[in-house]
Amino acid sequence: MIDKKWIGHPLAATSLLLERGRLCAFARAIGETDPLYTDLAAARDAGYADLPVPPTFLFGVELDAGTVEKMLADLEIPIARILHAEQSFTHHKPVCAGETVTVQSRIADIFDKKNGALEFLVKTSEVRNDNDELVAELRSVLVVRN
Amino acid sequence: MSDTLQNVKVGDVLPTLQLAAVDRTRLALFGCASGDLNPIHIDVDFARKAGMPDVFAHGMLGMAWLGRLLTQWAPQSRLRHFGVRFQGITHLGNVITCQGWVTEIADVNGERCARVEVATVNQYGQVKIAGDALILID
Repeated sequence: MIDKKWIGHPLAATSLLLERGRLCAFARAIGETDPLYTDLAAARDAGYADLPVPPTFLFGVELDAGTVEKMLADLEIPIARILHAEQSFTHHKPVCAGETVTVQSRIADIFDKKNGALEFLVKTSEVRNDNDELVAELRSVLVVRN
Repeated sequence: MSDTLQNVKVGDVLPTLQLAAVDRTRLALFGCASGDLNPIHIDVDFARKAGMPDVFAHGMLGMAWLGRLLTQWAPQSRLRHFGVRFQGITHLGNVITCQGWVTEIADVNGERCARVEVATVNQYGQVKIAGDALILID
């Protein structure tokens, strides 16, 4: 069982410079065909300062930096046993290539179902831009299959 | 686009987004580009040790497809909230269709928004991901 002492625990703040090339690779991986996401001129024509960051991209910031990996190690959760149960994004402000975002997460809840056969880990995150403005909030629920 | 969005009503159906069958290449590309390098999605040996018959799609790949469904219908700057539940595993060979339909027009935090229910469905009619989004309509 995951120790409930971790409820409320903050993860290390994680920053990522949003590079155009990375965003293009993401667009290619999801089969995006709208040039807005890969063509700077199209993005600027649409009123964006640079390539916009797609709606779900920010989920990966903490994966990229190893923040989630460290959380799983701290909580002694084997990565082979986790599945993604729920995910949500609240978007407050557009984010574009060239900006650096900082994600600050905390473990919001830990609970179990079926007498511990399934454990749930709820993580909430705030994402801020270079100007310390809140651009997005994320909520992730992971399920651990015991 | 925004003129059209102002006329959105409950029951409106979004243009569907049809994807190609999920294959291993797609999962490798998405793993690297998204930052999710959990080997359960790219290494069949690891997946089998974890009790799975094979590698399977990242939940976030399906959610990213649903993001495409939404942003091809309304500009992304209008997307206020987007949440999903991962209800079933999207397997190799699954041919996913993304669907969306308007279920409510409501004022949320002083903004007129459409609530759009979304789902990914495979070729056998199984819903893999279900959720909803709030999109500013005027």
